[in-house]
Amino acid sequence: MNIHEYQAKALFEKFGIAVPKGASAKTAADFPTALALLPEGATMVKSQIHAGGRGKGTFTNGFKGGVKFCKTKDEAKDIAEKMIGNTLVTIQTGPAGRKVQTIYFTVASDIKKEYYLAILLDRATSHPVIVASTEGGVEIEKVAHDTPEKIFKVFVDPAYGLADYQVRELVTKLGLSAAEQKNASKLLRNLYRMYWETDASMIEINPLITTPTDEVLALDAKVSFDDNALYRHPEIVELRDLNEEDPKEIEASKFALSYIALDGNIACLVNGAGLAMSTMDIIKHFGGSPANFLDVGGGASKDQVVAAFKIILTDPQVKGIFVNIFGGIMDCNIIATGIVEAVKEVGLKLPLVVRLEGNNVKAGKETLANSGLTIVSGDTMADAAQKIVKLVA
Amino acid sequence: MSIFVTPESKIIVQNITGDFGSRHAKLSLDYGTKVVAGVAPGKGGKFFEYGAHKVPIFNSVADAAAATGATVSVGFVPPPFAADGILECVDANLDLVVVITEGIPVRDMVRVKRAMEGRKTRLIGPNCPGIVTPGTGPQSTGGCRIGIAPGYIHKKGHVGVVSRSGTLTYEAVYQLTVLGIGQSTCVGIGGDPVNGTSHLDVIRRFNDDPETHGIIMIGEIGGTAEVEAAKWIKANVKKPVAGFIAGATAPAGRRMGHAGAIVGGAEDTAAAKIAAFKEAGIEVAATPSDMAEALKRAAQARGVKLS
Repeated sequence: MNIHEYQAKALFEKFGIAVPKGASAKTAADFPTALALLPEGATMVKSQIHAGGRGKGTFTNGFKGGVKFCKTKDEAKDIAEKMIGNTLVTIQTGPAGRKVQTIYFTVASDIKKEYYLAILLDRATSHPVIVASTEGGVEIEKVAHDTPEKIFKVFVDPAYGLADYQVRELVTKLGLSAAEQKNASKLLRNLYRMYWETDASMIEINPLITTPTDEVLALDAKVSFDDNALYRHPEIVELRDLNEEDPKEIEASKFALSYIALDGNIACLVNGAGLAMSTMDIIKHFGGSPANFLDVGGGASKDQVVAAFKIILTDPQVKGIFVNIFGGIMDCNIIATGIVEAVKEVGLKLPLVVRLEGNNVKAGKETLANSGLTIVSGDTMADAAQKIVKLVA
Repeated sequence: MSIFVTPESKIIVQNITGDFGSRHAKLSLDYGTKVVAGVAPGKGGKFFEYGAHKVPIFNSVADAAAATGATVSVGFVPPPFAADGILECVDANLDLVVVITEGIPVRDMVRVKRAMEGRKTRLIGPNCPGIVTPGTGPQSTGGCRIGIAPGYIHKKGHVGVVSRSGTLTYEAVYQLTVLGIGQSTCVGIGGDPVNGTSHLDVIRRFNDDPETHGIIMIGEIGGTAEVEAAKWIKANVKKPVAGFIAGATAPAGRRMGHAGAIVGGAEDTAAAKIAAFKEAGIEVAATPSDMAEALKRAAQARGVKLS
């Protein structure tokens, strides 16, 4: 689960990670109240959406920049009015963009130098890893590629936690002054504590800055949490912003379906994540384009199949459906019956290719054949994929 | 031979009284697997009765192991308690714990994995279909089925299968069986970012197993475990290996069902993994329908008989 920058910074403050003073507002009417909390002077106006590249983004109304520096609070208010309620398109949002529903105002800090700091899981070691760099405010992938010597990593033993010598190592490698080191050390310890205690998946601060008065501040904040651990963090669940999620994905999650929209025209309905991914791949392999990832899990009950069809059909781009089920334990005939009922219930008009394999598959195929519906049967994944690609061509 | 388990392995089922656990305990008993004990805290002394089977239930893994001599456990414990269930097996000094549970918090697994260092117990999973060593009976019965895989699609033989994904494992196994090619052992290592046994761990064991003549390795986007295994294969494995990677069409930054199936950096992509497979001399299946055929091609090229 992702959260907004203003929510992340509120958590930072709770955990003792220093941030520039800020205030958020959801409507233009609330801008004066929010700005009143900040001192006079230079102010940043920041659009709150769950996507990166905001600064270089463009609003669909033509206004350029989702993050702006303003010399005064009055100017900040004017700029914020151009952003709120409008749709911001960045390199990460896709052409549809995201509607800005919250503005975050912060004090514009004097920057001495920018750094990069993140903490996440290192899968190879199964340990948390802190990644820091002297190159902040730029794309870290580019730094890692061009100047890997400027990236420092510390692997934290989860049994012991972040050790003092590791903190010293990081602040030294970042080349900080003694006064800065003191502030950065505190920030690092608190960052690890927040990562661990909140079940975060990743915390990224880019940039982390030093100021002329030796403060060390998180200027930006990107925080995501482990979905599997949300059950023990009700206070974090409250931060979920459904406006930032695809309504189809929200609907799918109600039926324990895992759905992700893509931009093709062949919808897939599959049991198992690996099989679902490779069903998308095989459609592409034979020249088609998948409209979605959809895993109905191991069971594939009739209710789930009906819900899945309904979700698939809300995507106007869909021109055909490919159902790919390996019924290992499940009786294929029960699955086939579910598919037939689902097709009837939703009144499906689009071409449908079904590939069933596994337990009691013969009876399942007969059920599909005798249904009176135009369901095309595929013998193997490859056969079925070629058939649906041909049908939507 | 087989790896990790044999048809003689004695198995404990954790949470045998739950819906999922009891259903699959029954299927394993049908397969002929030696399910010798169940664990359900508070229900010790009762029995899990199924047909002619009367499996004793214990309050703890340690009790179950002590009373029955079981060396392997399979966990169907719900996510909030699953980590605890694994550590119970570690403290009971079991050889192997196979965890089927999906949705265990990453932090719990990070702690469990650290706590297991230097201990005897091997972990397979979590969020995996389990492990099957096929038997010699009809529809491969008489084998060892631990987890949730359909037993009947297997056939006893000489191909090892290792995969992160459940249904893709079944797909590969089924293709092999249809071609008349049997399997030594099929291992699902699970789709989570932190798991116990890696592709490489399984590949090493297949390489050392004289009864395994060929290997199918199935991977997916996310992490670098497949690349690490491919490098080792290039240096050490003479047996024919076929591979498949799922997720070539997955967009970056989106989790594809499995918690671990997410493209973070350049090394996580299907393209990078497929390139590593080819570099290692692994015969890459172009589509998931081609996995068994790919292994046949690899075996023919090396003059190895698979069946």
